[in-house]
Amino acid sequence: MALIKKETVRKRMGRRIAANSTAKGIFIAATMFALVVLAVLLYRIGSEGMEYLSLEFITNFASRMPERAGIWAALIGTLWVMAVTAPVSFILGVGTAIYLEEYAKKNAFTRFIQINISNLAGVPSIVFGLLGLTIFVRLLELQRSVLAGGLTMALLILPVIVVASQEALRTVPRDLREASYGMGATKWQTIRRIVFPAALPGILTGTILALSRAIGETAPLLVVGALAYVAFVPENLFSQFTVLPIQLYNWTSRPQEDFHMLAASGIIVLLIILLIMNSIAVYIRNKFHKRF
Amino acid sequence: MAAAAAVLKQKLGGPRQMKNMKSVYLLAVMAMLLVFSAACGNKSENGAGGGKEVSGSIKIDGSSTVFPIMEAVSEEFQAQNPDVKAPVGVSGTGGGFEKFVRGELDLANASRPIKDEEKAEAKKGKVDYTEFQLAYDGLSVVVSKENDFIDHLTVDELKKIFLEDGAAKTWADVREGWPKEKIDVFAPGTDSGTYDYFDEVILEEKPMRRDAQLSEDDNVLVQGVTGSDKAIGFFGYAYYQANKDKLKAVPIDGGKGPVEPTAKTIESGEYAPLSRPLFTYASNKAVKENEAVYEYMKFTLENAGELAASDTIGYVALPEEEYKKQLDKLDEIAGK
Repeated sequence: MALIKKETVRKRMGRRIAANSTAKGIFIAATMFALVVLAVLLYRIGSEGMEYLSLEFITNFASRMPERAGIWAALIGTLWVMAVTAPVSFILGVGTAIYLEEYAKKNAFTRFIQINISNLAGVPSIVFGLLGLTIFVRLLELQRSVLAGGLTMALLILPVIVVASQEALRTVPRDLREASYGMGATKWQTIRRIVFPAALPGILTGTILALSRAIGETAPLLVVGALAYVAFVPENLFSQFTVLPIQLYNWTSRPQEDFHMLAASGIIVLLIILLIMNSIAVYIRNKFHKRF
Repeated sequence: MAAAAAVLKQKLGGPRQMKNMKSVYLLAVMAMLLVFSAACGNKSENGAGGGKEVSGSIKIDGSSTVFPIMEAVSEEFQAQNPDVKAPVGVSGTGGGFEKFVRGELDLANASRPIKDEEKAEAKKGKVDYTEFQLAYDGLSVVVSKENDFIDHLTVDELKKIFLEDGAAKTWADVREGWPKEKIDVFAPGTDSGTYDYFDEVILEEKPMRRDAQLSEDDNVLVQGVTGSDKAIGFFGYAYYQANKDKLKAVPIDGGKGPVEPTAKTIESGEYAPLSRPLFTYASNKAVKENEAVYEYMKFTLENAGELAASDTIGYVALPEEEYKKQLDKLDEIAGK
């Protein structure tokens, strides 16, 4: 008795090959769709934005005259906000992740925290803005400052950093910890010298990607009270400020064509910043990835 | 286990490992330094100047419609008074008033007069204020240049076109003799002050037809309307001004015959009901106690008209004597 019914196989072959190529076609189309959208976006921004892109554009303050307008206040404001957001969210986020992964008992309470953190990662950013307005701006009386904005942003990306860090900590092989304990290291020594360094690339990658998200956010900062026209750079953490996305949003909502071109130039600058940040993330990941 | 221990040994004391860790820390520290130096290095840039100008800071927020005027005023004012900081926010009219009535602002920009609830809140927050008018904004109803049958529209016809209830299906339903073809409606998004304004004065706060294409991006509206000679839409006068070559503004009959939106008809109030005044509300306390706020307000009233009517902004100035009257009012509050 033949194990394979050759007749049936042959009969179905055509359909199977067709199904295979259809699936392949769909996936290629899906990939191409994203690529085409990206290409169109880059082309439009490039063709619109090049005209105003110059050194003056970067070092001038905003202006009602398109040819005099620049993004200096917004650029520096963004850097200031990030200077607050990055350390705060990194320290709190990684601390939480280490506690949850290494110290917390696996009980109902931990699971409860875990679920809440995952949910927070999906909360719309405007909600964090309202939270920041109530707590930082009004309750703690930080006013509409860089500090209030930075802390709000830190809250926004905290869940993402916690989840990414947990993921990174979990990938550290169990053997390593066991071996460390076996050599007489305490838990803290093990975490500090073994687990944390091993997980660091993953943690940093997650953090940088989260920060990239924060750089592009407008809504929460508008609620917290970032401004739209600012002709000075922040002097300290309590200064008023504006950030790049707000400046861009403001320009795109103006009727005159020139302001749209300015916005496109601003987008190029923002894209370059994001590209640099993502490259750092990729660099770190590649450099430290294959250690185990 | 033995293998792991060997790796571990390398981890704990291996020179390569130490170097790697160091370079990571170094990288992190350098990145931080970069951020801070970039942030701190330029603070004294605009501190120059001096002389007898006023100094201080002014808190301005509110309507995004008024924003272009205040941005221009701030820019010019700070050019003359480099020691004054007058940044402008765009929380929207409502958002601005919400902060204003708590005493968090010196000036609140608004594209509508203050509401009764907001007045009550201001009383509760012990904020005395004065209303100043800066300029006019006209709402323009537009059709494509190719459209040859619309000569004007009455408010009732606008209702037929834009209302959900009793909506006209074809242009023939709006007025006899017009083509029996579908109406394409384009309108600003529901979050915009422009939508609110139109909804209030034309539709009497009833919902707009559901098949209207709404967009926050006015360019989409411009493209939509230019794309078809059976399309109609509306947006701010400034937007019409900037796209004059592609669009035709429809004269509106508010009961006294059709009037086309022009600077003249908007200023005189003839272009009713689709023109509106733009305001800023000043806190009396701030005007009295903060010299910078007084000077800023004075500068605003002296220059707002000219700035608002400039090409890059596109609103319509008030008559000259209106500004003069308001300047007197300002001096009165300040006790000068």
